Amino acid sequence: MRISEKVEAKSFVEILDAAEDLRWNIGQNIHEKLVEDIYKNAAQIADQVVTRTTTELKRNYFGHRLDKIVTNRITGIPIMLLLLTIVFWITITGANYPSSWLGELFLSVIHPWLKKFSNSINLAWWLDGFLLDGVYLSTAWVISVMLPPMAIFFPLFTLLEDFGYLPRVAFNLDPVFKKTGAHGKQTLSMVMGFGCNAAGVVSTRIIDSPRERLIAILTNNFSLCNGRWPTQILIASIFLGSLVPPYMRSFISATAVVGVALLGILITFVLNWVLSKTILRGVPSTFSLELPPYRPPRVWQTIYTSLIDRTLIVLWRAVVFAAPAGAVIWLSANIMINGISIAEYLIDFLNPFGLMIGLNGVILVAYIFAIPANEIVIPTILMLTVMTTGMNEIGQGSGVIFELDSVSTTREILSAGGWTILTAVNVMLFSLIHNPCGTTIYTIYRETGSKKWTIIATLTPLIMGIFFTFIVTRIWGS
Amino acid sequence: MTDTTRDLTLPKIDQIFEHDQVINMGIDKEDCDYLIALAGNPNTGKSTVFNDLTGLHQHTGNWPGKTVTRAVGTFDFSGNKFKVVDLPGTYSLLAITEDEVIARDFILFGQPDVTVIVVDATCLERNLNLVIQILQITSRAVVDLNLMDEAHRHNIEIDHHQLAEILGVPVIPTVARYNKGIDDLTVAIHNIAAGKIICTPYQINPESAVLNHAIEKLEKEIQMVYPNLPNARWVALRLLDGDQRIKDAFRDGAFDQMINRN
Repeated sequence: MRISEKVEAKSFVEILDAAEDLRWNIGQNIHEKLVEDIYKNAAQIADQVVTRTTTELKRNYFGHRLDKIVTNRITGIPIMLLLLTIVFWITITGANYPSSWLGELFLSVIHPWLKKFSNSINLAWWLDGFLLDGVYLSTAWVISVMLPPMAIFFPLFTLLEDFGYLPRVAFNLDPVFKKTGAHGKQTLSMVMGFGCNAAGVVSTRIIDSPRERLIAILTNNFSLCNGRWPTQILIASIFLGSLVPPYMRSFISATAVVGVALLGILITFVLNWVLSKTILRGVPSTFSLELPPYRPPRVWQTIYTSLIDRTLIVLWRAVVFAAPAGAVIWLSANIMINGISIAEYLIDFLNPFGLMIGLNGVILVAYIFAIPANEIVIPTILMLTVMTTGMNEIGQGSGVIFELDSVSTTREILSAGGWTILTAVNVMLFSLIHNPCGTTIYTIYRETGSKKWTIIATLTPLIMGIFFTFIVTRIWGS
Repeated sequence: MTDTTRDLTLPKIDQIFEHDQVINMGIDKEDCDYLIALAGNPNTGKSTVFNDLTGLHQHTGNWPGKTVTRAVGTFDFSGNKFKVVDLPGTYSLLAITEDEVIARDFILFGQPDVTVIVVDATCLERNLNLVIQILQITSRAVVDLNLMDEAHRHNIEIDHHQLAEILGVPVIPTVARYNKGIDDLTVAIHNIAAGKIICTPYQINPESAVLNHAIEKLEKEIQMVYPNLPNARWVALRLLDGDQRIKDAFRDGAFDQMINRN
């Protein structure tokens, strides 16, 4: 084909045609030639302006030596586990005092003050109860339970990230993720999920392939989020607490949480595998990961930005969901039909099913109310138990959620409510394996834009949870 | 996922709780004087430079490919308001991955007043691949030679004056982590934006005569239909490379839009 020398384009159509003609004339490897040219030019320029003052490139020695240990096939994973335990332990012990302090403030100082105020303006009893006992209390609980651990966990996590350690974790776990048909970057979203599942779901944006991103979103729920740690810790303390001396308690709690977290990670891998063999079939995409050099983290800046970027945003979203939950709880406990509250109806209705799977009606109802935010599960269980067993001298009245400082008093209440060791084990299991919280469901919907996948993401863990607790109950009973 | 054809105006920055913003070809330039794009390889400190310029505290972690949402910020200088867009880090603009497409589309069709290319001084040669490609698309560019402290630690020295001469654009050495050199960078950005400096950026001349001839012919054809197109030569190159997105852009009328806006 001859290239005409005349320039005759009148619109883009002619341009595109001319381009096609020219391409035929030039030959096959235009692309290679163009790319080569760029590389050659880049090399030439660099040659002219870059000088090395020593002949040997002094590589990041420290980084290399550290990497030999950290990504080692033998020591890599134990180091990760150790770091995970340390992070959890610091978060748990560190959060203890601020949490109880905040609890004191909100409950023993502000709440009575609000009550006095509403009394003085003669606020109607139901409005007083609804606002101050329902909405205010549940919001106060979420803040005092959620804020301290998150204010510690996220900065710690971010410091590790800044330092450069997290890509090494991805590197270590990538083979496992590959085998389960998922992507190595899921490591990051999985670890984020330990802080908050909603944040974990958002962080799946770094995964390019939609299939693998969806797998990461669907399994993120099995990362035990901060909101569920108190449940695990409380139950662990009730059972193991009596067995060890007090100074060991927080260490044992941390280990218990780590144990359940590991179970969650195991389930993540298994579910990855199942999903990529069934409804999300496909091949893992390539993962080229650049291990950045280790850099000393800028501590104060990191703490500041992670507080604003992660902690506060997550907290805000939780409050938005928790406030209405408190209102619903109070209403259900105080609206009477034939002298029995709605809550009690629900409890009685669900009790047979609950017992069958090793839980009970109170627990199930509490979990329904706690869909918006996992933090209020235990306080709600306590409140409902007190209500149904008529132990009216404890707590502050009907429909008012609370928590107790004393582990032994808690144990008494739960025993009065019919709890056995089996119940406790099942609650720990169910807490790990149940539907994501309201905030997370909403986030999943926003990230996927798909009702179908949001429903799957919500129901799959719930069904799995019911299944597992049922099996455990059967085995225990036999 | 992100719909790049919706015409959205970017929300104001004081909404710290909503970082989800969409880059598209209908960027609102109404509320600023100059639009600045931040481009560069992943993990070069782009987001740190962004923070230094705009003071907005975006988290910049030590994880390659960190920017998952498009960050936008503003700063004032010399009586002008500058809007800065932090593009995703890319190794090249040959537009294969979604990140590359977003970055390239913004530089090409979003028509920023200045494109700042953040470069890692410890691996200049690799970074120059992207620089050369960007300089073929736009002549209004500044090279930010970042991570100078790390280069120093590795005993690497760069003659940035000579680099500026060769590349034909300002080259500003910086250590963004400690805010060094950012003032000079701001001045350079302003000079280019206000037209005080006109650049003649580095151009590649392919070795093959046949290829050269074809580029020139196609360039002329393009200029017949789109006389004001500043980077007709680069577009010609892309068409000769069989770039599907550029072909589609012609059909979608994106180039017509560009001409009309000029």
